[in-house]
Amino acid sequence: MSDIENKVKEIVVEQLDLDVSASELNNSASFVDDLGADSLDTVELVMALEEEFECEIPEEDAEKITTVQQAIDYVTANV
Amino acid sequence: MQLEQQVALVTGASRGIGKSIAETLAQAGAVVIGTATSESGAGAISDYLSAYGGQGRVLDVTDDDSVQQLVTGLKEASGLPQILVNNAGITEDKLLMRMSATDWQRVLDTNLSAIYRMSKAFIRGMMKTRNGRIINIGSVIGSMGNAGQSNYAAAKAGLIGFSKALAQEVGARGITVNVVAPGYIQTDMTADLPEDQKTALLDKIPLQKLGETDDIARAVLFLAAESGRYITGETLHVNGGMYMA
Ligand SMILES: NC(=O)c1ccc[n+]([C@@H]2O[C@H](COP(=O)([O-])OP(=O)(O)OC[C@H]3O[C@@H](n4cnc5c(N)ncnc54)[C@H](OP(=O)(O)O)[C@@H]3O)[C@@H](O)[C@H]2O)c1
Repeated sequence: MSDIENKVKEIVVEQLDLDVSASELNNSASFVDDLGADSLDTVELVMALEEEFECEIPEEDAEKITTVQQAIDYVTANV
Repeated sequence: MQLEQQVALVTGASRGIGKSIAETLAQAGAVVIGTATSESGAGAISDYLSAYGGQGRVLDVTDDDSVQQLVTGLKEASGLPQILVNNAGITEDKLLMRMSATDWQRVLDTNLSAIYRMSKAFIRGMMKTRNGRIINIGSVIGSMGNAGQSNYAAAKAGLIGFSKALAQEVGARGITVNVVAPGYIQTDMTADLPEDQKTALLDKIPLQKLGETDDIARAVLFLAAESGRYITGETLHVNGGMYMA
């Protein structure tokens, strides 16, 4: 697992308060449909990614980050 | 003490109601940051708050950069507030027929858009700590209306809707959002009322006097402290009975 992938998964596990470890998290998991996030959770998740990777994720992009893989891809491409 | 180890931010704390709120929260144990629009105003706030570990800061609530500077400044100093009291406000009274677009815009911006700006800037910290109190100072005029104050009434009514909506958004994070709506309180804002208007006013107030700034400060403390923990989206009217919701 790349550093980014690992870090993103850690943030997801922490923010959504999941009972799995980062390494067990499925890349295709959807925050809302599979991981039980509500709209506020997803906003907080994006805020946490912004903070960890010291970047600003515009609203249009944030809306498109709905799965673990999309978050990894976004950070990989933009940071 | 009730607010020990909490940081509270009070806008417009240089005088009037805001000053009284800042003093009351400080006496209850909070580290209070009070704001004024000028350096000298901020200095005067530091003078009365420093004994409690608080301080004054410069802030223009209509200016995004100024709000951002305050966020950055507080992060480095006191830490971000768990209690935000949006108190800064202005009036620009005119009959609608004589009200310029500027009169309208300035009042809406300072009394309503500022609350959007400040809440957005400071709610992030509250989301993280899963704990926060936002208290917006409204006005009885927002519920009653008043000839010559269509701009002010619109802004003050608007913040009630804002508070109800935000209360629903962030309730799950332990953040409450409420309004304290003063009636007529003795401050600079009401000092200019003509004598005949004051007399007419007292006739409509069952408790037969203007309120004191301290009456508002106590209501704010009630909502900010443990006593207010199960209250959200509510408007608390403090007006001597002149309007009963
Ligand atoms: N007094 C009443 O009877 C009454 C009744 C109902 C509601 N209210 C509400 O209660 C609140 C306080 O009223 P008050 O009577 O205490 O008012 P005030 O004595 O006129 O004080 C207004 C405060 O707001 C600050 N302020 C004004 N414009 C600002 C801006 N652009 N950015 C930041 N701060 C700004 C002022 O700072 P500076 O000192 O630096 O100018 C001052 O500290 C207001 O929201 C008002 O609408 C008052």
